[in-house]
Amino acid sequence: MAIAKRSVFEDSPMSLGFITVLLVFQLLGEAVSRGFGLPLPGPVVGMALLFLGLMVRGGLPDGLRDTAGGILKHLALLFVPAGVGVVMHVHLLEREWPAIATALVASTAATILATGLAMAALDRAGKRGGAGDV
Amino acid sequence: MSDGFTEIWAYLSATPLLGLTATLIAYQGGLWLYNRTNRFALFNPVLVAIVALIAFLKVSGMNYEAYFDGAQFIHFMLGPATVALAVPLYQQLERVRRSALAILVSVVVGSVTAVVTAVGAAWMMGASKTAMLSIAPKSVTTPIAMGISEITGGAPSLTAVLVILTGILGAVGGAWLLDAFGVKDERARGLAMGAACHGIGTARAFQMGEVAGAFSGLAMGLNGLATAVLLPVLLHLFF
Repeated sequence: MAIAKRSVFEDSPMSLGFITVLLVFQLLGEAVSRGFGLPLPGPVVGMALLFLGLMVRGGLPDGLRDTAGGILKHLALLFVPAGVGVVMHVHLLEREWPAIATALVASTAATILATGLAMAALDRAGKRGGAGDV
Repeated sequence: MSDGFTEIWAYLSATPLLGLTATLIAYQGGLWLYNRTNRFALFNPVLVAIVALIAFLKVSGMNYEAYFDGAQFIHFMLGPATVALAVPLYQQLERVRRSALAILVSVVVGSVTAVVTAVGAAWMMGASKTAMLSIAPKSVTTPIAMGISEITGGAPSLTAVLVILTGILGAVGGAWLLDAFGVKDERARGLAMGAACHGIGTARAFQMGEVAGAFSGLAMGLNGLATAVLLPVLLHLFF
């Protein structure tokens, strides 16, 4: 086993400063969403604001890229606690599982295909049109 | 000895530490299994972790509230992670700009398809109104879906579960389905995964490639927006 030479106090890719930036934008998003009575949750408004912020600034700080990457790398983990909540709905699911299962499978497949095929078709149409801007 | 064990257990199960640690262990176990089996779709890490944790709750007799006391710290990170999706999106700015209209139209098509087919199928199979209203926003990211469900009269916590099941279904079968229908373009694949299967689809899309991941994150945000606006109108057609 090699002994790590790098001190734990040296720079790691995740930065406290940029975690704070993400939280500040989430907070701004919540404030804007509530303030204007938008039907969107704060984090989504926060995402839009950060995106606009990056466009105005015209460049992505390395630290923000690394911090976002660190969080998004394990995006799937974040859904586990809510998913375990299935235990709270055992009764309804026991009663209605055929309808719910059918609806979930059919609708998920239909949505994936509708979106994917629409984008592929529009993109082809755009290329044929020669404009490239569809 | 067994008394001592019971005492330690009683103490641990009352602290947030147990739910939090169990979640991390279950997820990493799922990840290990997934990679070990060459990413066999049914061993999706989220699915494996959820099944393992439910088994853990059953065996230990711990209730969901006590579990969530700890797991909420992970759940909370959904907020900053959603904000962080602006970063891959910004990195794809040029690609997004070039096909902005196609993206918008495709996501609206996806949003309407998701709501109409979910509620329609549930209705045909004789589901209750609560189930139909809870399933309507199933393709939208958890925080938005729960908000929509609350406004329209569904059960938000049931919606959260249906949203996650939808994500798992898409993560498990989405790539196969897109292959079968010859959708090869990474942008189209990403949009499809994000519009149908929100964050779990996006996590899966990032495995397909960075472009697919960024477009999936974009579709997830846009679909949340589209569905929040369109769903009340669409539900009016059913009820």
